[in-house]
Amino acid sequence: MNKRNLLTLALATAAIAACATSPVDPRPAYSESDLRQMDAVHRRDFHPRGIAKMDRFDLDRVQRACNQYKDNPPEDLAKALQAEQIGAIKFPQGELLGDWKKGQKIAQSGRGMTWSDKPGSANGGSCYNCHQLSPEEASYGTLGPSLKGFGKLRGNTSEIQKYTYGKIYNSKAYSVCSPMPRMGYSGTLTEEQIKDVVAYLLDPASPVNR
Amino acid sequence: MHAYRCSALVVVAAALTIATGPAFAQDEKREIEKYQKMIAEGSPVELFELEGEGLWKKKQGPKNASLEQCDLGLGAGVVKGAFVNLPRYFKDTDRVEDLESRLLTCMMTLQGRSREEATKRTFGNADKPSEMEYLVAFVAGESRGSPIAISTAHPKESAAYELGRKLFFYRSGAWDFSCASCHGEEGKRIRMQELPVLSLPAGARPAYSTWPAYRVSNSQMKSMQWRLNDCYRQMRFPEPGFASDATIALTMFLGVTANDEPYRGPGTKR
Repeated sequence: MNKRNLLTLALATAAIAACATSPVDPRPAYSESDLRQMDAVHRRDFHPRGIAKMDRFDLDRVQRACNQYKDNPPEDLAKALQAEQIGAIKFPQGELLGDWKKGQKIAQSGRGMTWSDKPGSANGGSCYNCHQLSPEEASYGTLGPSLKGFGKLRGNTSEIQKYTYGKIYNSKAYSVCSPMPRMGYSGTLTEEQIKDVVAYLLDPASPVNR
Repeated sequence: MHAYRCSALVVVAAALTIATGPAFAQDEKREIEKYQKMIAEGSPVELFELEGEGLWKKKQGPKNASLEQCDLGLGAGVVKGAFVNLPRYFKDTDRVEDLESRLLTCMMTLQGRSREEATKRTFGNADKPSEMEYLVAFVAGESRGSPIAISTAHPKESAAYELGRKLFFYRSGAWDFSCASCHGEEGKRIRMQELPVLSLPAGARPAYSTWPAYRVSNSQMKSMQWRLNDCYRQMRFPEPGFASDATIALTMFLGVTANDEPYRGPGTKR
């Protein structure tokens, strides 16, 4: 290695070392006044369109805490909020396994909840936008973990069914600042639809588990 | 701002040592690059630029005037190199304006058009194109090759940058999303679409330097205002106002994060 290469290497190493200790994350921890500013700016500069009304800017306690603490609220608060969110899940009576074939369609569909979606039309779960599910589907996102073989790995007990239903209904009940939308809590998917997606994930006959 | 300068250093450092780095997903990357090159070669971007230039020079509105005397920040009528300094603070409106809001200002002041009339069709489709999007293609194209150099020296500019940063990370809406939900982590994708981390230079530079862009999927030139609008739609938010302060602030945040990157647009996207 000649002198010049040594020098660039030294500079590069120094640059990395200098940065290792300084914050690189530009995400703010929102103060009370930041939250008020965000609320005011969104209400001033955005307008309702179609089904997307202005009440979508009403932060609930979970959204508030996740903004304040950069998705990592203090343990006590996180526990209290998770308990609240668990309590907000409406578990249906009886069977939680629906029809995996219907579940597959719901997992594929990215429709629903945008201002261009017609009121009353069936929503999808947008599952494939972020997760791998069936190995037969090549077009899947990677924002969430792969769920390939979800049921094969976990079995199909009533506890697993309940967890799966709850996680889809309200992801924040299990991880308070989960990046995943609360599909039941937000009114995106119906009880029937969530059961179908549960079947898509857990039914041994579903392509997810084959 | 310290964090960004710092991460720029890391990028340089990484570039210097890249030869010894692991070859990750090289094949897949090469295939995508090949596709991007292919669609860029067949891209009709220049036709949109020409059409935009025609509209820039066309006399219209109650004052029967063209936009040729529009001051995009470098003086009345100077188009060359103006785009890479936008958004910027304008004294006459006492506001930070991006390209679209500045064009709107000129349509109102020079041509005497009402805001309502000038914003009737801000986003076009293949059947009915938008005047705004043609104009954006022309003005941006006149900065090709110039490094992006957006200032935060004026207090209103630094305020817009700070507001944009806060808007970018703010979680809200029906699905608890922020911009960072999709653009916050390295190496992620929605379906097959790769997602750049727009809050850091490594992601912001290639993305910002290729907007506005021709979109093959809807055969249209699309502005940055449209890009932000459609992101918010998919975030399940209400709709942002066209050229509103919020959208300008977000553009400011993305643009400043992309500073120093040579402008290569208008780009061509899938």
